[in-house]
Amino acid sequence: MSNDILLKVEDLRLYFRTTKGVLRAVDGVSFELARDRAMVIVGESGCGKTSLARALLRLLPRNVHTYTGRVHLDGTEIMALGEEQFRRQVRWVKMSFVPQAAMNALNPVVRVGDQVADPLLIHNHVKSKKEAMGRVEEALRLVGVPLDFMTRYAFELSGGMRQRVIIAMALVTSPVLVILDEPTSALDVLTQANIMNSLKKIRKELALTYILITHDIATSSELANESMVMYAGQVAERSHAGGFYKTPFHPYSKMLMASVPTLREDKELAFIPGKPPSLIDPPEGCRFAPRCPERFSKCDQDPPAVTLEDGRVVKCWLYAGKAR
Amino acid sequence: MMESKQNGALLQVRDLHTWFELRKFGFLRIGFVRAVDGVSFDLEEGEAFAIVGESGCGKSTLARTVLGLYKPTKGEVRFQGRSLPELGKRYHSQVGYVQQDPYGALPPFMSVKRILEEPLIINKALPPKEARLARIEEVLEEVRLIPVKDIIGKFPHMLSGGQQQRVVIARATILKPKLIVADEPVSMLDASVRVEILKLLRELQEAHQLGVIYITHDLSTIRYFSERIFVMYAAKFVEKAKVRELIHNPLHPYTRALLEALPDPEPENAETFRNVPPGEPPSLVRPPEGCRFHPRCTQAIKELCDQQVPPEFEPEPEHFVSCWLYRDGQGS
Repeated sequence: MSNDILLKVEDLRLYFRTTKGVLRAVDGVSFELARDRAMVIVGESGCGKTSLARALLRLLPRNVHTYTGRVHLDGTEIMALGEEQFRRQVRWVKMSFVPQAAMNALNPVVRVGDQVADPLLIHNHVKSKKEAMGRVEEALRLVGVPLDFMTRYAFELSGGMRQRVIIAMALVTSPVLVILDEPTSALDVLTQANIMNSLKKIRKELALTYILITHDIATSSELANESMVMYAGQVAERSHAGGFYKTPFHPYSKMLMASVPTLREDKELAFIPGKPPSLIDPPEGCRFAPRCPERFSKCDQDPPAVTLEDGRVVKCWLYAGKAR
Repeated sequence: MMESKQNGALLQVRDLHTWFELRKFGFLRIGFVRAVDGVSFDLEEGEAFAIVGESGCGKSTLARTVLGLYKPTKGEVRFQGRSLPELGKRYHSQVGYVQQDPYGALPPFMSVKRILEEPLIINKALPPKEARLARIEEVLEEVRLIPVKDIIGKFPHMLSGGQQQRVVIARATILKPKLIVADEPVSMLDASVRVEILKLLRELQEAHQLGVIYITHDLSTIRYFSERIFVMYAAKFVEKAKVRELIHNPLHPYTRALLEALPDPEPENAETFRNVPPGEPPSLVRPPEGCRFHPRCTQAIKELCDQQVPPEFEPEPEHFVSCWLYRDGQGS
């Protein structure tokens, strides 16, 4: 593995103000991601996955309470940039985003081609509309959308095609990092497999770095080189894909893997009893402790993020003595 | 017909067609959406089977036709040997419906108690109020929404997705039906909750000897639930088999593609590409001639698959497939 770190996130926090109190959606997340790798972020809904993506892209709602931490992208500390600089230098230039439920993310009254060209024109990448359209054609070809779709409207396209158009919109400005938030969750099995194939091919061709956010663990394995499990706004476990899918360490990751139905091998499915804690007033100590089958006295205190021998990071007291 | 047992079946569906008329300007008839186009099956009492297919293949329309919510264009549905028009309104108290989106299926302004009481009032089951309340509490305990006292007064938005789906299941079973139609009951839920809900449905099915039709697009959850599985493509069944048989020995090229497209969580997946057919399911307004899968099929036989509709072959016992590849009665 190369040591060429593209993205380094340290202690990123994003809290929201709500009527019930401060909601800690992202609570001290740190990770590194090397260039040309794909990382999946998995977790139950409401664990802060999407908020993390939004925090990285600085696509924030108005009720932000706290937004702190350090994010180095390609050697630049992007958290220090002003809003205008961020827009000019980072968003959609170096880092782009494929939002959730992309089926409905397209504007119904703008032709598909014009819509894909939008990021290019807005972020001042091109001199003329003609040049923009050339880049659009290139992007659409890459994701496998027939070029005569450029003059169509979103509602004339099937769900799979709309999803491809959204991916094209994320690629058209040639970013280095693409954040995909549940890119295939609303799609059919075959369409999903087709889009995953395209995403893999594109990543190899353009040497892109992906962050894939999903709750579908089986599908996430299609892209993953690295994996990160989130629970209640925090990182529970971070490891190479092999480590996570074969031998998860954190009790939460173990139970998550045990709940994945598999087609080809017989296994008794387990589920995780209880539900995730509220992020407004999360429990003291380990946040998974109330649901954890392996909890012991120490779990009342906040567990450290332990780095193990193979580079795996586990936030759990069970591994506290086994640090590298 | 595939089964010979004509009398014992709880539900018999024969050559069912449900077409929707397409109109232009409100009166010009310009065609039909053939959402269900010639489907037959039998469901025994206490049996669970699954119908799997992609969105738009007509599986939800099939469910709603079986429930009596749509009138079939052709063919018939018989429940306990009697046809639906004959049964009339009584039929609705005999079948339960578990919808896909629990939040959408529950009226937001009704409390859990009210939601569950409604079917009892409408069907004039258990007239005294106390008896109704007792039944509601019993059902809530059965779907494990405990403590009942805490749940009963809540409104849908105060419950989590899994709890909402339990209320929907409670509502579907409160009249002690013989048949439950579950249309994608877990696809809107979180992965960790899905298994819980499926196990609950399974337990209810076994405890009350319910007939269950489980409709889904997710093959990986089926084996935890049903005995038989029907694969639907473009408004028709293409393959019918026992679950284990289908997963280990899929015959129809479409079923094979579906299985190929479903990854197991293995890290090696990142290095390989999946061999799936390109393209999308055909329009149901003008479906392709012959086999409906032939435009996407890699094994299509020229001048056969694109012209003649494949009949149902039985290459292996109790394993039916509608594909010309099996016309000699054996596997390819």
